[in-house]
Amino acid sequence: MDFKFLLEQAPSGGMTYLGWMLSGLMWTMLVSIAAWIIAFVLGSIIGVLRTVPLKTPRLIATTYVEIFRNIPLLVQMFLWYFVMPEVVPVQLGDWLKGTYPNLITLPFAQFSLWEFTAAVLCLGLYTASRVAEQVRAGIESLPIGQTNAGLAMGFTLPQVYKYVILPMAFRLIIPPMTSEFLTIFKNSSTALTIGILELTAQSRQISEYTFRTFESFTVATLIYIVITLTVIFLMRLLENKVAVPGYVSQGGH
Amino acid sequence: MGDFDFSIIIKSLPILWDGLLLSLQLFAIALAGGIFFGTLLALARLSSFKLLSYPAAGFVNLIRSIPFIMAIFWFYFLTPVLMQKITGQQGEAVGPFTSAIVAFIMVESAYYSEIIRAGIQSVPRGQPWAAYALGLNYWQAMGYVVLPQAFRNMIPIMLTQAIILFQDTSLVYVVGLKDFLGAASKAGQLTGRLVELYIFVAIVFLVICFGASKLVKYIQVHMDPTRQRAVSNDVTLNGPGLKPGGG
Repeated sequence: MDFKFLLEQAPSGGMTYLGWMLSGLMWTMLVSIAAWIIAFVLGSIIGVLRTVPLKTPRLIATTYVEIFRNIPLLVQMFLWYFVMPEVVPVQLGDWLKGTYPNLITLPFAQFSLWEFTAAVLCLGLYTASRVAEQVRAGIESLPIGQTNAGLAMGFTLPQVYKYVILPMAFRLIIPPMTSEFLTIFKNSSTALTIGILELTAQSRQISEYTFRTFESFTVATLIYIVITLTVIFLMRLLENKVAVPGYVSQGGH
Repeated sequence: MGDFDFSIIIKSLPILWDGLLLSLQLFAIALAGGIFFGTLLALARLSSFKLLSYPAAGFVNLIRSIPFIMAIFWFYFLTPVLMQKITGQQGEAVGPFTSAIVAFIMVESAYYSEIIRAGIQSVPRGQPWAAYALGLNYWQAMGYVVLPQAFRNMIPIMLTQAIILFQDTSLVYVVGLKDFLGAASKAGQLTGRLVELYIFVAIVFLVICFGASKLVKYIQVHMDPTRQRAVSNDVTLNGPGLKPGGG
């Protein structure tokens, strides 16, 4: 095993192989974080809708979850990237595929902004269905007495959610939400199928250029492990900070 | 809106069917292998023997912290190398299907071992103690007392994980295997009709996985652990854990 090749000049991008690896990490993080914002916001809304005592919103939310949970992520990726531009009006489709502007020039962006957008949309909307299930489970784990007490005090239903249920539920679901973020972070590697050069794709590309498969996969694997451990550590700090005394076990993991 | 020609699906049915069969084959082998090795890994992790528990924990945590695709790439690279070391034969070609199977069994055994470990830990400690007190050895206590109860508690989660595994088989696309998605991709590229084929693939997966998840829910309701416990309390003397497939 010899990792010195990482500091050699790579054939393109004007950087070393280590630079390739780090640019891959950057794209992994960009895709994951952008997708997580969509997943968190949309997933919270859908999760709440699944618990409200109204038929139509609940049906819509349940349908969303069932559709996005029961199609493989990779198939969804292809639906967004290949199928979506063809089923929208022609002008919009052409704009997406051809002239959708590259607003920003980032290092090692050999793919278009449309590919990035498709990957983020796909991962975000897919993970939203998983986040929604966590939010729903968090809300349902609270005693019904909390809702009833809130309503009895004259709160409207939205107020009960805002002041009583959600502040508790979101604290309770920090551990499962951490694993959802780690899932989105790992799932971002499926974006390589539509041309995003994220960490996994870069490690394979480096192995193809240098024939040092073992070393390059090892480096990528170590980076994944370090990020995973960091996220777990940070989320535990957050969990302890917002813990409700006597309700959520404090740091007892 | 472009023009769509869904008759292309009828024409591509034979190649799609072959793809679906390959997906199902991979699914079945990975499921069986994953549960088998997952059980061994879970037992190793729960062992008090550190030489067993530490490597098992390390393997499981390693696999769980990298993307599935990264794991596929790893085993795709490692399998031929290791096979050559084991058999000692040079140039013995290992096909992509074999490598994919190894990758899936390894990854799924890590995922399943976590489920099985939780299931084993859900069995009260008194059960193995009672088994040892009756003179059963470790494997007998596990095989006749602990695991049957653990597996029964785990069935809904294991089936849910099986649905996820079935969806994950589409990831072999990245090593160019012609599974269901790969076959559709190939047919789509040949005919220039990717859109219709991808929509078809999505619908087929949706129908299979949605149906399967409804089935799991049905099983879950009919195997309600509280009902089961009430039943097993009535027949404690007869040893409910020993009845195969009961519940």
